[in-house]
Amino acid sequence: MALPGVRARGWVRAANVAQRRRLSGDTGGSRSPAPGSQRAALYVHWPYCEKRCSYCNFNKYIPRGVEEAAMRRCLVTEAQTLLRLSGVRRVESVFFGGGTPSLASPSTVAAVLEAVAQKTHLPADSEVTLEANPTSAPGSRLAAFRAAGVNRLSIGLQSLDDAELQLLGRTHSASEALRTLAEARRLFPGRVSVDLMLGLPAQQVAPWLRRLRELLRLCDDHVSLYQLTLERGTALFAQVQRGALPAPDPELAAEMYQEGRTVLREAGFRQYEVSNFARNGALSTHNWTYWQCGQYLGVGPGAHGRFIPQGAGGHTREARIQTLEPDNWMKEVMLFGHGTRRHIRLGELELLEEVLAMGLRTDVGITHQHWQQFEHQLTLWDVFGASKEVKVLLEQSLLLLDHRGLRCSWEGLAVLDSLLPTLLSRLQEAWQQRPSSPVPGG
Amino acid sequence: MWARAGPGWWSRRTLAAWATRSAGRGTTGALPESALCPAADSRASDRRYSSANSQEKIDMSRFPVENTRNFSIIAHVDHGKSTLADRLLELTGAIDKTKNNKQVLDKLQVERERGITVKAQTASLFYNCEGRQYLLNLIDTPGHVDFSYEVSRSLSACQGVLLVVDANEGIQAQTVANFFLAFEAQLSVIPVINKIDLKNADPERVEKQIEKVFDIPSDECIKISAKLGTNVESVLHAVIKRIPPPKAHRKNSLRALVFDSTYDQYRGVIANVALFDGVVSKGDKIVSAHTQKTYEVNEVGVLNPNEQPTHKLYAGQVGYLIAGMKDVTEAQIGDTLYLHKQPVEPLPGFKSAKPMVFAGVYPIDQSEYNNLKSAVEKLTLNDSSVTVHRDSSLALGAGWRLGFLGLLHMEVFNQRLEQEYNASVILTTPTVPYKAVLSSAKLIKEYGEKEITIINPAQFPDKSKVAEYLEPVVLGTIITPDEYTGKIITLCQTRRAVQKNMMYIDQNRVMLKYLFPLNEIVVDFYDSLKSLSSGYASFDYEDAGYQTAELVKMDILLNGNIVEELVTVVHKDKAYSVGKAICERLKDSLPRQLFEIAIQAAIGSKIIARETVKAYRKNVLAKCYGGDITRKMKLLKRQAEGKKKLRKIGNIEVPKDAFIKVLKTQSDK
Repeated sequence: MALPGVRARGWVRAANVAQRRRLSGDTGGSRSPAPGSQRAALYVHWPYCEKRCSYCNFNKYIPRGVEEAAMRRCLVTEAQTLLRLSGVRRVESVFFGGGTPSLASPSTVAAVLEAVAQKTHLPADSEVTLEANPTSAPGSRLAAFRAAGVNRLSIGLQSLDDAELQLLGRTHSASEALRTLAEARRLFPGRVSVDLMLGLPAQQVAPWLRRLRELLRLCDDHVSLYQLTLERGTALFAQVQRGALPAPDPELAAEMYQEGRTVLREAGFRQYEVSNFARNGALSTHNWTYWQCGQYLGVGPGAHGRFIPQGAGGHTREARIQTLEPDNWMKEVMLFGHGTRRHIRLGELELLEEVLAMGLRTDVGITHQHWQQFEHQLTLWDVFGASKEVKVLLEQSLLLLDHRGLRCSWEGLAVLDSLLPTLLSRLQEAWQQRPSSPVPGG
Repeated sequence: MWARAGPGWWSRRTLAAWATRSAGRGTTGALPESALCPAADSRASDRRYSSANSQEKIDMSRFPVENTRNFSIIAHVDHGKSTLADRLLELTGAIDKTKNNKQVLDKLQVERERGITVKAQTASLFYNCEGRQYLLNLIDTPGHVDFSYEVSRSLSACQGVLLVVDANEGIQAQTVANFFLAFEAQLSVIPVINKIDLKNADPERVEKQIEKVFDIPSDECIKISAKLGTNVESVLHAVIKRIPPPKAHRKNSLRALVFDSTYDQYRGVIANVALFDGVVSKGDKIVSAHTQKTYEVNEVGVLNPNEQPTHKLYAGQVGYLIAGMKDVTEAQIGDTLYLHKQPVEPLPGFKSAKPMVFAGVYPIDQSEYNNLKSAVEKLTLNDSSVTVHRDSSLALGAGWRLGFLGLLHMEVFNQRLEQEYNASVILTTPTVPYKAVLSSAKLIKEYGEKEITIINPAQFPDKSKVAEYLEPVVLGTIITPDEYTGKIITLCQTRRAVQKNMMYIDQNRVMLKYLFPLNEIVVDFYDSLKSLSSGYASFDYEDAGYQTAELVKMDILLNGNIVEELVTVVHKDKAYSVGKAICERLKDSLPRQLFEIAIQAAIGSKIIARETVKAYRKNVLAKCYGGDITRKMKLLKRQAEGKKKLRKIGNIEVPKDAFIKVLKTQSDK
């Protein structure tokens, strides 16, 4: 019989010490000596929620009762299987997302972390984030999560207006959210993030800005600002379709975004990604991995991953998705050790497309060095330097291409989705026209 | 001899006037129809002639002229023409009686989808009646206002028609138009009241309408349900009894009229012919009176409804022949075929179809030009009524200006391009052929004539060089329940139409006649009419020549650049409303871009309408939940792919959709 508790406690103790050290502000480049294919971030999906939020179309379920022990065993098993399959030696961050992972027991979180630490090197200062919903995370529970190894919290605060929270179908009030925030800051100083939405139906710019300013007085060093997307199949979508609610006004949302990012900048936050802001170097390394197209494993129902299955002799990165529905996923994990529903090999061009689309979401963009890790033959200059259409974007100061690399300007970042089709289509063209690559090993 | 009708309505429709009998309509036979043909006879004939795949060739000499009837079915859309045709085919054993016989003669995909017959089809039916073996040639006709030209083409091979009227809906505009086509051609008209099984059927009222509008005694109407097969047999008896046999002679030299042609990839042109005189058989050398080219006949036969080779075809009969013609232009509609070295007086040749709606057709991507070219060629091989002129625009590259019979015809053509040839095209605003009477001597010299036809709005001559502009007009017939009369009159007035006549065809149905500028009805008139009358009003029109009009050319500008596809010729009084509507539609369909777009309508240098599309301020999806970037990448890649299909005007990207939304039919507000 293994004694996970002992090891876990060992890892958690070390982690708790490390937690007091601040992460360096280092964001680009390699953080560890291991080669990229042996490192990965780990995403763990907890699929359950107490209640359906009116805007959310993510993979979540409102269970009558959760068989947590079974769920825990399956998450652990799948994490082990995928780690083996990937051949990953070092896990640099873990993210418990959902659903509402703060509804899970701290012991489940601990069990997963322990399994990871057993299989691979999980450095004591690895970022371990838990998404927390204000109502399901009273102070005592947060402390328990901390003891389980969580060292960063992402609070789904969404709004500081009770009417808006109700509209969104959230279970908490603004004051509850602020109480949770204060508690979290006490337990995880410098490592708490809050999510704030903008562009809700009938939402006005001035009151929203006022509440953002209010939040900035109370929040920690990380804020995520994101615009509501009306997703088909959600209650909110139906209400807007019916005409029961006004459709969100994209003009107002744009204004909130622009004003909001200005306010955040003035408050000392760096907008290091389209919707993420940090000060004092409190960037999320886990999300950074996504944007830099690092490897990540997705564990849990419907989780997504991107890695080379080296453990199974693979050499090509795969996009992987796990079975969506929790019961089916569990059955598969019990039968096969994992619930991977689909794995699709990513072609070289596809990977480059992801490097481009993800990298440009960040403020540093795509550095020449970063690009070179994925493409040896064509430089960024080769691809974009001579394009007339790209030149127009450069002239409009939406895009920058210089000795550092390719990145969006402050203005360009807000309209990235209008830039990407041009850039992607240029990349595809350059790819087709590139001189045929030398035969490997030839 | 086949008699010719005098000049009249037909020639207005650009058709040579052909009539098949000198007597008036409605010869009533001596015998009661019920006594005419015992049912058993027809069943016997079923067995003898039912097999379309029988290898034995039918001996057509067994069908003398007096045992031959050539007829058509004409009807308003959905009144049951194709269903009746199916029943007649079943009754005579041409096709099996199964539940799957739905519109057998409608072969095109679009025909079945939309329930409209586009291409005329022919079927020879063998029917035994009173111990005599009859050959009944059913010539199915297209069922839409756009194709009335094809209807008349088919009618030229007939001596009579079945005029099918819905027992519930009664006479509709197209019923009227079809009736007059047949009447002017002096064909026998057998009114058939269909759908008597419907709950709301009122055949007596329809009989009265027929009596009032067409002056046909109500006892001449045959009441049937084609769907259930009720009383359909008596239709066949009426065909035999009331429609005269063609007046044709085997002993004369061959004289065959080409009334339709199709193109087969492997066999070349298949010409549908009606023999006015003589005999034709495989191996005969024939000459086209029009081209003077000589061909050897490879195959003759009847359509049953599929091609069934026969040894010969005889005077009075209708069938097909294949003679090594490579192109449908070699078998032009209206041409006369005769035997080599036995020239005959050609039947007065039909003029080619006169297109009434023109539109530019361009490949979305110039690299697809050749594919599109071959698709257009293949389609026009089968549809000689489409006129093709090569055209090119700075913005759209090389393409064509195609002429269509009407808007539906254009839509069908486009749909076939997309569905059958997988070609995607940009279609420009449909226009009508305007005319200009030139005043500038220089221009007259340049064009070689004083009155020119303007097909492409981009070539609209400036007012300073023009004495007057002319626009085509049509005489429209509208039949409607009287509760909608007021709204319809208002609609017609907004379309610059002039009322010519108004009459009640029964207690609550009104027939209105209006003279419309064609341009006012080509785009959305029909839809507006349908929507304001809850679908009850029907509409048909006929060509009515040209009238003078105050026309101006209107440009649409995007940030100052003219959009060539949207250049419009418009009546002066309509310029503002049309310009504003186009600007508004563009505004709604142009995606926001990274800069502001000014959309303007201009006459010369004068801006008459303006809309603005604001620049994007934020366009970036916020989150990639849990590393799910697949969906996002898919979306972006689709957009990147879509970019290749965008048209650039200045630096503005205009998606094909935007053009379509602007050019496409929009109902009135």
